[in-house]
Amino acid sequence: MSRKLLLAKDHVPGIRSYDVYRANGGYASVEKALKTMSPEAVTEEVKKSGLRGRGGAGFPTGMKWSFLAKPEGVPRYLVCNADESEPGTFKDRYLMERIPHLLVEGMITSSFALGANTSFIYIRGEYFYVSRILEQAIAEAYANGWLGKNILGSGYDLDLYVQVGAGAYICGEETALLESLEGKRGNPRIKPPFPAVEGLYRCPTVVNNVETIAAVVPIVNDGGEAYAAIGIGRSTGTKLISASGNINKPGVYEIELGLPVEEFLFSDEYCGGIANGKRLKACVPGGSSVPILPEYLVCKTATGDDRLMTYESLSDGGFATGSMLGSGGFIVYDENQCVVRNTWNFSRFYRHESCGQCSPCREGTGWMETVLRRLEKGMGNLDDIDLLVGVAKKIEGNTICPLGDAAAWPVAAAIRHFRHEFEYHVLHAEKVKDPKHGHKEPIMPVKPAPVVA
Amino acid sequence: MSNEQGVKKFDPEKRKTIRFSEPALESIQKIIQRYPAGKQKSAMLPVLHIAQAESDGWLSPEVLDYVAEILGLLPVEVYEVASFYSMYNLKPVGKCVLEVCQTSSCWTRGAEDVVEYIGKKLNIKAGETTSDGMFTLKTVECLGSCGTAPMLQCGAEYHENLTEERIDNLIERYRKEDRRRNYTDLDFVNSN
Repeated sequence: MSRKLLLAKDHVPGIRSYDVYRANGGYASVEKALKTMSPEAVTEEVKKSGLRGRGGAGFPTGMKWSFLAKPEGVPRYLVCNADESEPGTFKDRYLMERIPHLLVEGMITSSFALGANTSFIYIRGEYFYVSRILEQAIAEAYANGWLGKNILGSGYDLDLYVQVGAGAYICGEETALLESLEGKRGNPRIKPPFPAVEGLYRCPTVVNNVETIAAVVPIVNDGGEAYAAIGIGRSTGTKLISASGNINKPGVYEIELGLPVEEFLFSDEYCGGIANGKRLKACVPGGSSVPILPEYLVCKTATGDDRLMTYESLSDGGFATGSMLGSGGFIVYDENQCVVRNTWNFSRFYRHESCGQCSPCREGTGWMETVLRRLEKGMGNLDDIDLLVGVAKKIEGNTICPLGDAAAWPVAAAIRHFRHEFEYHVLHAEKVKDPKHGHKEPIMPVKPAPVVA
Repeated sequence: MSNEQGVKKFDPEKRKTIRFSEPALESIQKIIQRYPAGKQKSAMLPVLHIAQAESDGWLSPEVLDYVAEILGLLPVEVYEVASFYSMYNLKPVGKCVLEVCQTSSCWTRGAEDVVEYIGKKLNIKAGETTSDGMFTLKTVECLGSCGTAPMLQCGAEYHENLTEERIDNLIERYRKEDRRRNYTDLDFVNSN
């Protein structure tokens, strides 16, 4: 059984309410931080913990915090990114819905460390009902003296608000999120300046994912070193994984980083194996933006080592034979799924979600979707495959924000590992006209023959 | 973003008749208080949600103009935001907008069958509204419910692990209750 830090009390009936949460040790990190620690000491513990941003980028949180500019007389802000929209990711919703006070507690402790007196939780609009749960928790926190003026007699003041979005994947990008919070279109800003210098209302701002902020609670309670003792190398602590697709037990699991992928995928404690006794075909381990892995690269790396659930092991082999941990959106495909059709599905998503600011992304996502659609419907030709690779290359690295990369990588990776399936869509056009052709005649990945020196 | 519906023509006469309910105006004032002085534009997204709930589920140019007046902004500042985000409807919709997620995990687990089933049952295609104005069928991108796929959203409500039977029951219940579902509704508790 894996140690659980965030979901340890998930099974406790009524943990959503303040009284039960408090009776189970809730708000201890706020007491400890405000009564016995300086803001710098809290930041120091977060640095020691090795915690990395849980939204997808994996940037060290303590370092991000230490970049925050602190000019005299200028307010600083902490904004929680609860705009969870990466396809395959639903861990933050789970956490906020079930243990909302954990996020509220993390926001108070983190805001104290950063010297923020006003903080926001920006939650995607579709999670409106979750925003109500958070607002209820915040009201309870105010009523019990954890928010407002002079918290615990420490002289520290904090107001915390929930802001709802209105349906835009791009607002999960931190500068687009800040634009949206300012009441504008979610167009990402050019960096620098980074939000740590000019963020919300052009004031120094830290933007952190829900899970990152929640992890600050056990880090402050038990110390950064205890947190860093869990995991392997630079992948410390626990991570929430959203498991979905063709598996027996979809859901949110808290794992210790370093768990073998094979155990996660096949053991009954987690995904419970592929549903309906089918074969594994492919897996997207970190949300829609990361490269897809064919069956033979899911549990083992290209060099034959066990693939582990860590930032490093999942990206072992670079994009040639690896992927990324990303947001922990673990999507599994069985033998009946069509990679071309799935890639088209992702491309349609990115076309829909491109903000339209940068030409390579606005035009490129449209073209990739158009070309993939015709290939998927058996109306493409062999040149289309290289055309897609070319378009993906022209988007990657040429846009203000990473949405362009996120749209390009899945396409490039699908063709890298499943070129024969794209070719099949041209050579057997009649067969693929049936959208469920994969159910009749599964197309499995083909492991390339080893190169003999 | 592809909220490609376009803004309808402005009618100055209609504009004069629009006023939100007192509770709505009160909550708008409360929201504005959250932000520093002069930053009331930050209230835009939450206020547009309230506006939509106050206006039969869609934002006409006249309503957008009224929101601009409340927030002390130029109308164009409101138009450009309303047309960016996919949750704002810029044309009339049914009382219950059935938003079926169609992205990867949902799609892998039968989202297309859900759209087809609802479409046949209500005799509409995605993007259309039933002639009695009760239902609009819409396909949307990932709603963060991949572990309970396939799913649909209607107002604040998430309906997960959909089966034909669940869809039948849902539609029957909505018909019987015969009221508009808004994102801002307070009464939904997820049973999952």
